[in-house]
Amino acid sequence: MNIYNATAQKNMLLNALDGCQELDIDLSQVGEMDTAGFQILLLTKREALKAGKAVRLTGHSKAVTELIDLYNMASYFGDPMIIPAEERAAAKPGNGKSAG
Amino acid sequence: MDAIQQAFVVESRELLQMMEDNLLQMESSGGDAETINAIFRAAHTIKGGAGVIECKFIVEFTHVLENVLDEMRSGTIAPSPELIEVLLACSDQLDALVGCVESETEPGEEVGKASASLRERLQQFLGKPAAASRDVVVSEPAVHVSGGGEMDTDNWHLSLRFGRDVLRKGMDPASFLRYLMELGEIVNLVTLPDAMPDANEMDPESCYLGFEISYKSDAGKSRIESVFDFVRDDCVIHIWPPHSKLADFISSIETLPEDSMRLGEILIKCGALTQAELEQALNTQSDRVGSASTQPKIGDVLVKQGAVTPEVVEAAAVKQSKVAEKKTLESQLIRVQAAKLDQLIDLVGEMVIASAGANMLAHRSGEAALVESTSVISMLVEQIRDSALQLRMVQIGETFTRFQRVVRDTSHELGKDIELVISGSEAELDKSVVEKLGDPLMHLVRNALDHGIESPEERVAKGKPARGTLRLNAYHESGSIAIEIIDDGAGIDREKILAKGRERGLVAANQTLSDSEIYNLLFEPGFSTAEKITNISGRGVGLDVVKRGIIALRGSVEVESREGAGSTFRIRLPLTLAIIDGFLVGVGKAAYVIPLGTVVECIELTEKDRADTANRQYINLRGGVLPFVRLREQFEVAEPGGKRENIVVVQYGGQKIGLVVDELMGEFQTVIKPLGSIFKHIKGIGGSTILGSGEVALILDVQSLVTLATAQQNRAQTAEAIRV
Repeated sequence: MNIYNATAQKNMLLNALDGCQELDIDLSQVGEMDTAGFQILLLTKREALKAGKAVRLTGHSKAVTELIDLYNMASYFGDPMIIPAEERAAAKPGNGKSAG
Repeated sequence: MDAIQQAFVVESRELLQMMEDNLLQMESSGGDAETINAIFRAAHTIKGGAGVIECKFIVEFTHVLENVLDEMRSGTIAPSPELIEVLLACSDQLDALVGCVESETEPGEEVGKASASLRERLQQFLGKPAAASRDVVVSEPAVHVSGGGEMDTDNWHLSLRFGRDVLRKGMDPASFLRYLMELGEIVNLVTLPDAMPDANEMDPESCYLGFEISYKSDAGKSRIESVFDFVRDDCVIHIWPPHSKLADFISSIETLPEDSMRLGEILIKCGALTQAELEQALNTQSDRVGSASTQPKIGDVLVKQGAVTPEVVEAAAVKQSKVAEKKTLESQLIRVQAAKLDQLIDLVGEMVIASAGANMLAHRSGEAALVESTSVISMLVEQIRDSALQLRMVQIGETFTRFQRVVRDTSHELGKDIELVISGSEAELDKSVVEKLGDPLMHLVRNALDHGIESPEERVAKGKPARGTLRLNAYHESGSIAIEIIDDGAGIDREKILAKGRERGLVAANQTLSDSEIYNLLFEPGFSTAEKITNISGRGVGLDVVKRGIIALRGSVEVESREGAGSTFRIRLPLTLAIIDGFLVGVGKAAYVIPLGTVVECIELTEKDRADTANRQYINLRGGVLPFVRLREQFEVAEPGGKRENIVVVQYGGQKIGLVVDELMGEFQTVIKPLGSIFKHIKGIGGSTILGSGEVALILDVQSLVTLATAQQNRAQTAEAIRV
């Protein structure tokens, strides 16, 4: 998920959200994520909250986890993230890890 | 000029106007933080825009300006009168530079020199205090500041708002944060996605994020700043050193992006209080809900707990309400190109003519259903016409406020103390009229400043307040708008004008004139009674130009004056130049249109009246004298009239006259078409229009007919008086 396909991703996710009450997004195949991609996730989550729907992110890939951690937004999404032990040791900002 | 440049020019002009207003406000009432901020934001936005269109000369100039404003914002430079003077000059200079962009020329040598000298002057303000203050803040962070209080943290506080285009330029905020982590430790980071608009407006390639970061590092401020070197121009970056003062946090709140965030969140996000403190406060708040009916405000609770100081809460609360105001304002306006609007008005004009034609044919055919449907159509067309014209209506207030600067500069130059009072600024008139009104108004205002209002010493000697007042007033009056320029100065010396008029041969030696006729001499070409010529006015060019300008707009100008108490120049203008409601009358075979707004009533000219008025030009209308003009004689219509004649009573500028016509044909929507220059000298005709039948009808210029009739009547009365 990066700036090159952000527009397509935005349309896809918002369309998917339109058609359902609960949306599970599997992020395990996301090999790269930049801020543009992150914003799309953020937008989807916000739109869902606004409409009273649920969005769950699952299977966070390493690229996703890393960026969400950097931006300290894990608690906003509120999804359990499975973090391998060796990565936990890596430098991480913030303290807002929640298992919500 | 492409679309981006055009948008830049329009936006910059607006921002410069705002900047000037704020500067003037700062000068008159001292600058509060919000005013300085507004000025800074204006300069900053212009610089950003100039960067996008790659206009180097504006970026360079604005950069220095922005530095000075930034120092003002942080309070290291106080707004002195000299500084404001320079800043006003800078705003003028920017206007000139924006003009260069508009005309797509490189700034000439003179403009370049002016830029350079202004930058130098700005640099002088920047020079000494800037170097000193920075050091103080960094090296002696514990300096006690009265009223403020200090933040008890060892951490830097970084406030970042990334620009929209950052991602498009290939830069990712994430990489800056990672770089930051190499220099020190991010203790806490809050991501602010609030600037992200609704889903359908959200551009996936724009960056909407902002960050508030609590940061621990041994690096110096410049080192931390250098992290953001690549994005500095696009982004709002604030770096507060450890132990920063509370005042800094307040200004941080004020520069947050414009989102409606809850007060508590704002405070947490800028690090003024912790989550725990907020939660505690929230608990207190909800506890009270159970017991008492009034819910204390979160801000109050926090202050009571001593978590934040009242100043900080107030700044955040002000911010909240501003955000709300701005939001509603934004959604109420759209920008449309003037040319598109003109095209629409043209089309509506054609439609009015076409529907009049259809209407007439329907009437002729006598088919009831057809007549009815065409009358519905013409009613709708009328409504479309009205709302289309309404689109072009602008409030005159904006034109008026422009004169704040003129009055300020001119009164400085003349050594006078003059206040500008504006009223009626919500009166609306056509945009094209407003545009052409600027020059005549400027002349009259300068005239009043220079000749009207006396110097403070003179005023005090006469027992008037030292400060003179110039008033600009506007109001609607029967289909036209009146604009008044009122000064409380010396008034006009009637005798002096009369003497000058005689000297120049404009008035015969034995001729007696009414006051208004005498004042009207002022509008004669080359007429000036100023004894000294200043560079403001008094060269004898001016008032005649004013009059010509206003007549070209189908308006009029008049003067009232009381010696010693001041004078009033009153301009009357039609509300629109394009389409009017007309009243169609017939004389012989020809049709004439009288603007409906001027028509008061229609009466029949009885047989008796006709006999009476064979030799005189007025009738007795309910006990009053009503002078009239026979259109048949006025326009030399050859064919003889029918048995009946009617009088249409019209009014202009407080004067009533009658127009004698053969036939009354009723209301008619009139699209004004200009007359060729051949017909310019014909008095009493203001334009032409096309009737439904395709025939041309002339539009009467009521104003000149009124003048004509009253002049005739005055002459007749004088002649009668002499005979008696």
